[in-house]
Amino acid sequence: MFDMSALELSQAIKEKKFSVTEVVGGYLDKIEKNSDKFNAFISTCRQEAMSKAIIVQGEIDSGQLTSPLAGVPVGLKDNISTKGVATTCASNMLSGYKPVFDATIVEKLEQAGMIVIGKLNMDEFAMGASSETSFYGAVRNPWDTTRTAGGSSGGSAAAVAAGEVPLTIGSDTGGSIRQPCAFCSVTGIKPTYGSVSRYGLVAFASSLDQMGPVGRDARDCAALLSIISGPDARDSTCIAQKPFEFDAKIPDSVEGLRIGLPSNYFRQGIAPGVKEAVLAAADEYSRLGAQIEEFEMPLVDYMTSVYYIISCAEASSNLAKFDGLKYGYRSEKAASLAEVYRMSRSEGFGLEVKRRIMLGSFVLSSGHFEAFYKKALKARAIISDTYEELFKRFDMLLTPVAPTTAYKIGSNIDDPVKMYIGDIYTVSVNLAGLPAVALPCGFDGDGMPIGFQLVGKAFDDMKLLHAAQVFQKHTDHHTKPALTETEPALGVGREVLP
Amino acid sequence: MLVDDELIDYLEELSSLLLSKDEKQRLSADLSNILDLFAKIDELDTENVTGRSHPFDNVNALREDEVQASFERELILENAPENDGEMIIAPMAVS
Repeated sequence: MFDMSALELSQAIKEKKFSVTEVVGGYLDKIEKNSDKFNAFISTCRQEAMSKAIIVQGEIDSGQLTSPLAGVPVGLKDNISTKGVATTCASNMLSGYKPVFDATIVEKLEQAGMIVIGKLNMDEFAMGASSETSFYGAVRNPWDTTRTAGGSSGGSAAAVAAGEVPLTIGSDTGGSIRQPCAFCSVTGIKPTYGSVSRYGLVAFASSLDQMGPVGRDARDCAALLSIISGPDARDSTCIAQKPFEFDAKIPDSVEGLRIGLPSNYFRQGIAPGVKEAVLAAADEYSRLGAQIEEFEMPLVDYMTSVYYIISCAEASSNLAKFDGLKYGYRSEKAASLAEVYRMSRSEGFGLEVKRRIMLGSFVLSSGHFEAFYKKALKARAIISDTYEELFKRFDMLLTPVAPTTAYKIGSNIDDPVKMYIGDIYTVSVNLAGLPAVALPCGFDGDGMPIGFQLVGKAFDDMKLLHAAQVFQKHTDHHTKPALTETEPALGVGREVLP
Repeated sequence: MLVDDELIDYLEELSSLLLSKDEKQRLSADLSNILDLFAKIDELDTENVTGRSHPFDNVNALREDEVQASFERELILENAPENDGEMIIAPMAVS
């Protein structure tokens, strides 16, 4: 069962080849066996999952549950609220916190008969690109455990790559689903802003955050996106009219699709292996009948700055609510009310979170508000308009996800500017609220995975996943991470794991 | 951009944090480099551009008032580091 896609697994359950408890129990056993290797999960919920598995089995047997992913286990990034189950955001600040409500997507997953089996490791409060800022220790890349899994949804990608769970949910504020997918050779989509309710997602930057699926292939992601998308009265920014529809038919053509390729993304600052693999993906689309046209992406030099100004501003505001009084960590040394606030926050938050809160405070402070924050909002408008113009010429854009493959744990963590610049290809997508799917397209000389992304118009999410499915029908890069029990170690022609 | 002790102290206060000496030293170097990166947007011509704080032009979502159950108080109190079974306890703010 560990070799099957999520859709195949659900079908096998419906055909009584496996029971839901066998599947859920099997994956939980695998997570426990692997936990020291990859550190992908912060916690598992065996008891709740096994009880739900029995209920779901009954509903499948009675014909009540017909969703294409019924019975399939799913992992959630630990910034997604789960009622009664610890939700830490990988921060000491939320130690001991158990939400009193479920996120909307948790309700939707349960209605579709999916079973939450655990909460996934991540960068603290989703601030980071390597899952190293976690209070619970770094996530390790299943392709080479000395390297990062990317971030901030490093656990979501690593767990799928290591075969610990068939599908996960991540969140993407500036590339946090797509970059770990590229680093771990799995597929994921950052959906259009407003297509998936953010109710119950612990906010980092509210105008940029969006949750989305991570899986072994684009088809599984499409099925999961159809389940979690759709309007929600509890999130006024959720503007979806209806959920995306999953097309059970396997798509087979990209004939005539107009794909834009930003030439300047490949000119400098990109590792040669990444450049080669991403351009080869464009060639593959061309071979499959798509029209590839090169163009110059404007404003590239400003995107990272605009993104970090806005996201830090929103973060400093969103994280003001963590006061040590209502839930989570409270300093034992604090005596006065002011000390409770300041000491709890100082002992509870890690350095990267403090850095971003302070940067946000700076750009919002009097004297700097106009020059930084307001200017960035104007730049954001220009970036959005630029994309709108591009989509008059192209159906989608094909770009790298990250300039490099996964780097060694500890190698970038002390250089925030270097870390931030690594987000150059992903952040503008969030600024414009667009959908983007990341999928594998090869390996570099060290055997580390490479991914590319397809960026589309707002609400063209299924069109992107359609194009990704066609690519995966004709290539096998994505099939390599599907681990089996007998093949625990990955790596292209080399020993990776002990 | 120069990030001196005075600015770090000001941001620490605004952010409701208390930083150690080591943290202050490290953050002042980092913040200086990051603010240089931020300052790059100064080169952009944004004359006559209206800022956008949100990806799309949202229309406010309104609905009729409905009576609904609120969260269970016991569960909320379980999360509070200090409570008396009815309310969350905070240190006295006014002496």
